[in-house]
Amino acid sequence: MKFTLLINGQSRTVDAPADTPLLWILRDHLDLVGTKYGCGMGVCGACTVHLNGVPMRSCQMPVSTAVGVKITTIEGLSADGAHPLQSAWVEQDVAQCGYCQSGQIMTAAALLAANPKPSDSDIDNAMAGNLCRCATYLRIRSGIHRAAELATAKGGTS
Amino acid sequence: MLGGGGLVLATQIDFFGDAQAAVSVAAPSAAGAALNAFVRIAPDGTVSIAAHTPECGQGVRTSLPMLVAEELEVDWEAIRVDVVALDPAYGAQFAGGSTAMPRCYTPLRQMGATARIMLVGAAAARWGVPVSDCRAASGRVHHAASGRSLSYGELASEAALRPVPATKDLPLKPAAEFKIIGRRISGVDNGAIVTGKPLFGIDQKLPGMLYAAYEKCPVFGGRVLGANLDEIKALPGVRDAFVIEGTANLLGLMPGVAIVADSTWTAFSARRKLRVKWDEGRHANDSWSGFLEQATAAGAAKPGQTLRQDGEVAATLAAAPAARRVEAVYSYPFISHANLEPQNCTAWFHDGLMEVWAPSQRPSGGQDLIHETLGLPKDRIRVHITRMGGGFGRRLSSDFMVEAAAIAQRVNAPVKLTWTREDDLQHDHYRPGGMHFLKGAVDEKGSLAAWHNHFVTFGNQGRPGSGGSLSPDEFPARFVPHYLAEMTVLNCGIPMGPWRAPGSCVFSFVFQSFMDELAHAAGRDPLEFRLALLGDRGMVTTPGERPNGYDAARMRGVVALAAEKAGWGSPLPRGRGRGIAFHFSHRGYFANVAEVTVSREGVLKVDRVVIAGDVGSQIVNPSGADNQVEGSVLDGLSAAYQELDLDRGRIVQSNFHEYALLRITDAPRVEVHYRLTENPPTGLGEPALPPVAPAIANAVFAATGKRIRSLPFSRTDLRWS
Repeated sequence: MKFTLLINGQSRTVDAPADTPLLWILRDHLDLVGTKYGCGMGVCGACTVHLNGVPMRSCQMPVSTAVGVKITTIEGLSADGAHPLQSAWVEQDVAQCGYCQSGQIMTAAALLAANPKPSDSDIDNAMAGNLCRCATYLRIRSGIHRAAELATAKGGTS
Repeated sequence: MLGGGGLVLATQIDFFGDAQAAVSVAAPSAAGAALNAFVRIAPDGTVSIAAHTPECGQGVRTSLPMLVAEELEVDWEAIRVDVVALDPAYGAQFAGGSTAMPRCYTPLRQMGATARIMLVGAAAARWGVPVSDCRAASGRVHHAASGRSLSYGELASEAALRPVPATKDLPLKPAAEFKIIGRRISGVDNGAIVTGKPLFGIDQKLPGMLYAAYEKCPVFGGRVLGANLDEIKALPGVRDAFVIEGTANLLGLMPGVAIVADSTWTAFSARRKLRVKWDEGRHANDSWSGFLEQATAAGAAKPGQTLRQDGEVAATLAAAPAARRVEAVYSYPFISHANLEPQNCTAWFHDGLMEVWAPSQRPSGGQDLIHETLGLPKDRIRVHITRMGGGFGRRLSSDFMVEAAAIAQRVNAPVKLTWTREDDLQHDHYRPGGMHFLKGAVDEKGSLAAWHNHFVTFGNQGRPGSGGSLSPDEFPARFVPHYLAEMTVLNCGIPMGPWRAPGSCVFSFVFQSFMDELAHAAGRDPLEFRLALLGDRGMVTTPGERPNGYDAARMRGVVALAAEKAGWGSPLPRGRGRGIAFHFSHRGYFANVAEVTVSREGVLKVDRVVIAGDVGSQIVNPSGADNQVEGSVLDGLSAAYQELDLDRGRIVQSNFHEYALLRITDAPRVEVHYRLTENPPTGLGEPALPPVAPAIANAVFAATGKRIRSLPFSRTDLRWS
């Protein structure tokens, strides 16, 4: 079946079975491979994208239900790769293997949009659904704090 | 497999022999002049440094090129780091045993230095001045007397034609002059990671590529008797489905059914309709509870072999009064690596060439396995190395590579095999479980007098699984006058493989916990008891031991440092406690103090871990180093809560809802300290992990009086009143 999706501000049409999760549409059909497959059941967070600004597990969302909403992936988080979280992640060398980090950043971006100055416990609550097998959790915490500072300096999140 | 030393792979140090060998086989590159296998300079001055060791998160794509750049005299910000394929020009190319830094620290600096000397030589020749009057800095060669200078880009093609200096006696920079080594440098792929660029094995895509899934028997090694292949092949989007006979190698090409489709989801969906009739083989009734019964019985029976015997253990134990004697049984289950990127591999069989793109810690192992299994000549198997979404030892195995190659052999197109999370958890090469039947005694002065361990481990065909054998030199051997280590191997049908700090990651929990029990039996402070055990000894070696003996002085140094930084000995209220543990593995000395709170209801929370390490004279990239140590501490905590169950020959747990990894909410503060000593720099991927679990367990005892003797921690009732 054909579906037209609004992804990162662009209209994209794909031909795929209606039950195909958005995750695999992004990865196999549209070559947007920043969104990662980790568990396929919504418990690891590696596939997190934004739907109308809300972080969602793309592995749990059939493509048929993703029509008509604004989808943002890690590739579309910023035009120049300089979202405060992206800058903070590079500056603080957050990643180890890096596989989970696009999901971490997408979840953190939604947190900062709602709560520009989160505390450690705000961060823990928001990020608890995103696994990092390398356990970069301490730098994820400090990276989010740093991004909050950068966003303030820039005058708000992009 | 070495107890204290890590992987079998971890034996070769000087892999280049002489840098000239590497230089002679370096192919000239169209994109610039190759000064050796690692350094390429384009006419516009762009300096490219090859990162030859696979990256699984340990930071080698950054830390190793830093070594080259330092001696090459280029600005870090001006270089590019190249991705390279498996190629004999680079010597050993694997990620395992925390060996990259000790193997590469000097040879890669030599690579940078030889290239610099060739560039300086080219400039001196062009100017007709003595080499000694020229100096290299920031990618240029300067002649101070005339004020002239030339960029590396202007010199590269002439430099490449100059004789390669011998690496023997090559002068390298003293540490005081380092400009790059020792700096906190962010990972070279971070920009690509945070913008979602394709990097990992699972991100590979080739024109016309198809997508594969592979179903194996839930009982390891079970064979295919039949499957509804015609029905599967008729599904929309499915291109082919076929049986692969496989081999009997538990770590190789397992029998199964391949489905090839036009997308990953189509392949996964078709798999749900696949019905396979299996011959489940000899292990269909195996269970973890059965293994525990067998191991318990083995612990009471005559041991299979004696690993080491010093003094008179039985007599010393018999003579010790009950108050100074401790007997305990420790156990731990099988666990999984759980790389967040499921195993995958892309393969394309074309023109008699098997080309594979693999997230592999040991690409040469994959090449070997494909060669042995499929009969292709090695020089017709080309391996491209991708970034890995986690290694932890899992990707030293090559089963996923040979599966992809076997599928590609049947398909006239490139094909990407992707395992599901369930495949990954249920077809891992697991960390073996084990039991230790321990007896120990302290003498009337409170010193450790006797240590007897009967270790019951698991193996295949009589040989312990990887990480399941105990070195006769493993601490506290050689520090106890009466010492006996014995081992019994129970055969099973479970594939086993190295798991981060193999052996050490479990032995440290058992031995450092039991040592705590003995310290308490002696009525001594656990820190003071340990320092007394290490004594005033220096390097303790056994002939033939690898890698370098056990340096008690280096261990004392980190034990004292961790204790000092943690405020050891300051009082804590009931329900809170501090525990200490130390371990030597992978050439690294690590000690840590854990601080915990245990509620009256028995809920354990780790508040803080203070860890001190000695990995030699130089921390190459402090940012990456801290990442490895912090990650190891949290991984050590995470693993202490993991367990797999086996029932009817199958792994019971299927996905992360049943196999819990540490989440951010449970990550304690970690404070990392290094003690720099005049020893060669060594690796950090593994050695910080082993002492974590026992420090936490010892802290729990200090807080509650409850002794944890088995993993996972959650099996011990920690309620107190």
